[in-house]
Amino acid sequence: MSTTPTSDRPAGQPGPPRLFRSELTRWASAPTLLWTAIFFAAPLVFMLMVSTWKRYRGKLLPEWSLANYEKIFSKSYLLEGLFNSVEVSLTTALVSALVAYPLAYVLAYQVPARWQRVLLILAVLPFWTSYLVRSYAWSVVLGDNGIINSFLIAVSIIDDPVQLNYRRAATVLGFVHFFTMLLTLTIYANLVQIKSSYRLAAADLGASRFQTFLRITLPLSMPGIMVGVFITFVICMGDFITPQILGGSNELLLPQAIILQINRAADFPMASAMSVLLMLTVTVGYFAMARWLRLDRV
Amino acid sequence: MSTTSLTRGLGWAYLLLGFVFIFLPVGVLVLFSFTARDVPLPPFEGPSLQWYARILGNERMVEALINSVLLAGVSSLVATTLGFLGAYGIARNPGRFDGLKRYVIMAPITVSYLIVGMGLLVTFHVLGVPKSLWAVGAGHVVINLPLCFSIILAGLGEHQRNIERAAQDLGASDLQALWRVTVPVMRPSLFAAYCLAFTLSWDEFIIAFLLTRFDVTLPVMLFELLRGGSSPELNAAGSVVFVISVSVVLAAVALTFRKKSPG
Repeated sequence: MSTTPTSDRPAGQPGPPRLFRSELTRWASAPTLLWTAIFFAAPLVFMLMVSTWKRYRGKLLPEWSLANYEKIFSKSYLLEGLFNSVEVSLTTALVSALVAYPLAYVLAYQVPARWQRVLLILAVLPFWTSYLVRSYAWSVVLGDNGIINSFLIAVSIIDDPVQLNYRRAATVLGFVHFFTMLLTLTIYANLVQIKSSYRLAAADLGASRFQTFLRITLPLSMPGIMVGVFITFVICMGDFITPQILGGSNELLLPQAIILQINRAADFPMASAMSVLLMLTVTVGYFAMARWLRLDRV
Repeated sequence: MSTTSLTRGLGWAYLLLGFVFIFLPVGVLVLFSFTARDVPLPPFEGPSLQWYARILGNERMVEALINSVLLAGVSSLVATTLGFLGAYGIARNPGRFDGLKRYVIMAPITVSYLIVGMGLLVTFHVLGVPKSLWAVGAGHVVINLPLCFSIILAGLGEHQRNIERAAQDLGASDLQALWRVTVPVMRPSLFAAYCLAFTLSWDEFIIAFLLTRFDVTLPVMLFELLRGGSSPELNAAGSVVFVISVSVVLAAVALTFRKKSPG
């Protein structure tokens, strides 16, 4: 690369500012790009490669074949993990958006401005309990002798504890709790950016409050919803802890199945193939929502 | 008029309900960490600090705690530095490939932590690199880089470029301008990025779970403990994790807003 000498350009002369041409700024991004290439991109390519290998007598056999993928698609118990994960993730995203939207709406339009920031910080505070600890806390709340069962028995709605843990609903609840916080944040950030004049104009033109919401506010807040929904989908699809602690092992989600391959079978090629499948699913999700997500403009 | 006050009332009620839902597990967690009983379940008896004494007396737990703090401290420093360099290069040397560079740096955010960890695990396994805290650190830098990068890029404004130019007109070299002008001016963003990365790294589970064997971190340790069933000891450890994370975040928020208000 050729470099322009920088020191001999008089200050204030029009043209590209000399800062642009310096070696330092030219190469400043290089270490960052390099780190991402070495510790992110390369391992993924490696994983893709290993997913086409085989495990033979406890060792890796570097022979190219699609056997692992064929096995995933022919054995229903392997494919089931993927379906379960997609179902749970989509359910979570939908329920979280439904729970979070009114919260964000009330925060943005009803709460006095000076309280908004405080309430918002409060609303995301539990975000900083580790997700492991949060899942554990829910499992205690939902347990046979937990708060919910104790309460329901105390007010005589039920006589015996209901099993709430170790089922899909518990996993979804744990997820929804986490993503309600996240979606409240992304939707709120979007709602406060919508100019109030739009809503006033709609009202002036005779729209009811509900019509204004349906035709002005909701469409304009779609980007906030979709950013949140996408992040929800990505994290749900890849989370091992929440289903492991709350859902148990009756019904495996894809990350649980992957960890089983690693810990029980030590089958790295199979685990790699399943991870590639997980990545592909998320990529499909990304393209389905791409019109609302502009990653390169973050 | 009455429908308006009704919907407003409903709004407040919903907000209250939402906050109860959000705080329920944390409240239960912290409350029963002070229980005098052997199980973290109602009815509550106490308060007692026995479970906190128990975790502080547990050598492996304290070791895991130290590992977690070291891991988060170092990996966040690297992530913040690299995030800054990436943002600085793109903001100060605009070119044709900026979109691509941003895309590459932001790419890890579209991938689950599990995938980042699996990629490193498989690669290190095949290459014969042993599991270690360093391997986990490499992964934590990867997952935190996009956040650090975007926070810092947002703070690298046009008015700062003018100060840098002024410094250079006054004879500062590029490196001097970077170190003595840009970095100090950027301190709030750098600090916010560091704190966020710290909290995310220090309680991250899956990458640490996949890439450590003996030098486990606190979340991995808690997961092992959880296999033995629920215990107020877990509540106490979880509360400690929560309090440390929240302190770091609140410190970041307070300092960032304080720095901003005069300007």
